[in-house]
Amino acid sequence: MNRLKASKLDLLIYVGPALLLLLGIVYIPIVQTGYFGLMEWNGIGQKTFVGLENYLALLQDSKFWSSAYHSLILAGASIISLIFYLTISFVLASRIKGANLLRKIYLIPMLLASVAIAQLWMKIYNPSNGMLNMFLMKLGFENTPAWLGDANLALYAIIVPTIWQYAGFYILIYYAALKNVPESLVEAARIDGASSFQIALKIKLPLIMNVVKVTIVLAAVGSLKYFDLIYIMTGGGPSGSSEVMASYMYNTAFNKFDFGYGSAIGFFLLVICLVATFIIQRLTIADKDLY
Amino acid sequence: MPEVVAKKTSEHSFMQRIGKGVLYVILIGIAIIQLFPIYWLALFSLKNNYEIFNLSPLALPQELRFENYIKVWTEGNIATYFFNSIFYTVSAVILTILLASMVTFAITRLQWRGHKLVLGLFMLGLMIPIHSTLIPLFNTYTAIGLINHPLSLILSYTAFNMPVTIMILLGFYEALSHEIEEAAIIDGASIHQIFFRITLPMTAPVIATASIINMIYNWNEFVFVNTFISSDELKTLTVGIQNFIGQYSTDWGAIGATLMFSIIPILIIFLVLSDRIVEGIAAGSVKG
Repeated sequence: MNRLKASKLDLLIYVGPALLLLLGIVYIPIVQTGYFGLMEWNGIGQKTFVGLENYLALLQDSKFWSSAYHSLILAGASIISLIFYLTISFVLASRIKGANLLRKIYLIPMLLASVAIAQLWMKIYNPSNGMLNMFLMKLGFENTPAWLGDANLALYAIIVPTIWQYAGFYILIYYAALKNVPESLVEAARIDGASSFQIALKIKLPLIMNVVKVTIVLAAVGSLKYFDLIYIMTGGGPSGSSEVMASYMYNTAFNKFDFGYGSAIGFFLLVICLVATFIIQRLTIADKDLY
Repeated sequence: MPEVVAKKTSEHSFMQRIGKGVLYVILIGIAIIQLFPIYWLALFSLKNNYEIFNLSPLALPQELRFENYIKVWTEGNIATYFFNSIFYTVSAVILTILLASMVTFAITRLQWRGHKLVLGLFMLGLMIPIHSTLIPLFNTYTAIGLINHPLSLILSYTAFNMPVTIMILLGFYEALSHEIEEAAIIDGASIHQIFFRITLPMTAPVIATASIINMIYNWNEFVFVNTFISSDELKTLTVGIQNFIGQYSTDWGAIGATLMFSIIPILIIFLVLSDRIVEGIAAGSVKG
């Protein structure tokens, strides 16, 4: 540790601007969000202090709870799809030729703008001439659904592109973790007569469990914050059937101009995400000695 | 005895080959699923409505109708949106990389008490949902006149990308040898000379990786632009095409061409720099 001696002015120059931006654009606003949640406010006029009214109303707001429930379904689907991503990564990492190219191809959807992905899938789901229904009609189905316009289907129709979009991301992480498993352990198990399946399940999986746990919480937190596709594809509809917490917050504040109540939702979202972060840290610290 | 052994191994390898074949079919099948929607989009961007509505969705265009591309580029504001996207993206990337490099330098190389606390603040920032900051930011930017101003985006992108950028830079900085710096000190170099002349050039590879990741995030960003920018002159491609599509809701060829304008730059960069992109996403994976 031979750190360079720095004067106060040096520190101000090197740390000051970045820290100022972080505090001004990230940390001060989250405190303000909590504070604005105590106000009745339409975004333009006077703020009226109403105490915990917004927060209490939130607890009894069935629309909020159904949006939280939808976020939970999204999180559940994301976590279940991790099993699928993990399986693919095991196959890719097992000395398959072209694995590197394949995992790059898998990544492409993640690089595209959510607006483009949303519009593309809206076209795929289009009831009259989208790719999906044209395909179903060819197969002989007659009453093809209006995917995004159907309150029973809309949320699930949005889950499919999210699984599609993030596949490459999680496969990339798992692949990297599996490549880090020491070859000597795998060889030793093979000499002891373990099958590839046994090696995957009993040696490799426990060794990358740390990474798996992190991705579980990543998928969960990511789902809680999920916004872009839902806002563009359905706006939370039809009749709130695909509303999630972030879209409910956005619609409340920027479309219904109820900034006080929107702030309360935003603050709730923040608290949930930080609790999930805390869980990440607990999970990873507890298992550090595995490596 | 040797015959039996030989038979066993050949049976084994036969089964293995079938197994491998099945695995390849599955892996390539997934690759097709990942690419197919984009291929379909490219197809209909070259078709007219008659072909799209009456012929098979997978039929090749009867002729390559680049007229869709020309039409949306010249008729709408796509060109403006496109150059706005480039301007915001590049400005924010330069600012983010410079500030993040300076902080990372201070955290890893300079002697001061608060370096762990500051690092902790930046790392916790990774987990803060931008939606929870949106209302106060909108309020503040309105108050200081930054609504409908490029700075609202450039500053927000910089602040929110700083944590992940520092995370990518950090490992590289920690692995840098201190010997060159010590030699420079003996030669009488100041801290600023060390940072700008030695450290910054030495970190060029990781800067490239971090820049690409930043670039992809900024290019695709939606919520901030949608909230802070309402003037058509200042919108980016992502929000601009979203509104543009509203006007063209029935002209699928035009919509396809519009979307392709947002996708093509990313695909070109991906073809050229895929290794760096993979590296960057792996290094910054917490942002998800």
